Amino acid sequence: MITLTHYLVLSAILFTLGVVGVLIRRNAIIIFMCIELMLNAVNLSFVAFAHYLNSMQGQLFVFFTMTVAAAEAAVGLAIIVAVFRNKETVNIDDMNIMKW
Amino acid sequence: MEAYLFYIMAAVSVTAAVYLVFEKNPVFSALYLIQTMVCIAVLYILLEAQFIAAVQIIVYAGAIMVLFLFVIMLLNLNIKEETKNALPFQKIPAIFMGIVLFTAICAVIKSKLLQGKQGEYTTAYVNSVGNTKLIGNLLFTDYLLPFEITSILLFVAAIGAIMLAKRKL
Repeated sequence: MITLTHYLVLSAILFTLGVVGVLIRRNAIIIFMCIELMLNAVNLSFVAFAHYLNSMQGQLFVFFTMTVAAAEAAVGLAIIVAVFRNKETVNIDDMNIMKW
Repeated sequence: MEAYLFYIMAAVSVTAAVYLVFEKNPVFSALYLIQTMVCIAVLYILLEAQFIAAVQIIVYAGAIMVLFLFVIMLLNLNIKEETKNALPFQKIPAIFMGIVLFTAICAVIKSKLLQGKQGEYTTAYVNSVGNTKLIGNLLFTDYLLPFEITSILLFVAAIGAIMLAKRKL
């Protein structure tokens, strides 16, 4: 029998992997994908809570999270493309000044 | 059956997430992230959230990841990009702190803090009306204002992306 705890632990594992990815990678696009992984992990715990508490609010919240994630991906990738045009790299160690 | 499916999907999604974090080539990382998202969509179906599962496949695995792959191919990144690393000693502490974070989250899960009161949308009721219909009803009644604000957010994000991607910034 799969309980709420199973889903929450899976969500915690995925979230932790996302955090570790953000901390150890140096490629801006991969850091961005790790942030998406963290958002997905949180969405999973939302839906799990909604199912086990007989509620609908969790699923609605996931809907809004996905919209924000889509907006964030569009703007973030546009920023990465703009930075790449100027500096010819997406390595975050080279991005240490705000204006160039 | 449900339990087996959960364990298989959990194992596949965690494996794909590990490869996502440690893979050198960004294109493979993106493909592993798609794998994780599809596994999570299957878990949504197990949790009787069919609408969210469909949206997960269409929006995340479809739209957002295609955007990622487009940008990776547009930038034409070589794999040697990450060879220079200003903080090489950061890796071990980062993994250690990840384990600490996971332990902390598990402590909260194991404690009795995570309790809520049962809602009215039981599985039998949701299945008799339909998951998508219920979500639509709630979106256009109780959650109408957040829904409209979301449309403004997407509008602003589209304009911002176009402005940032312009040749002369």
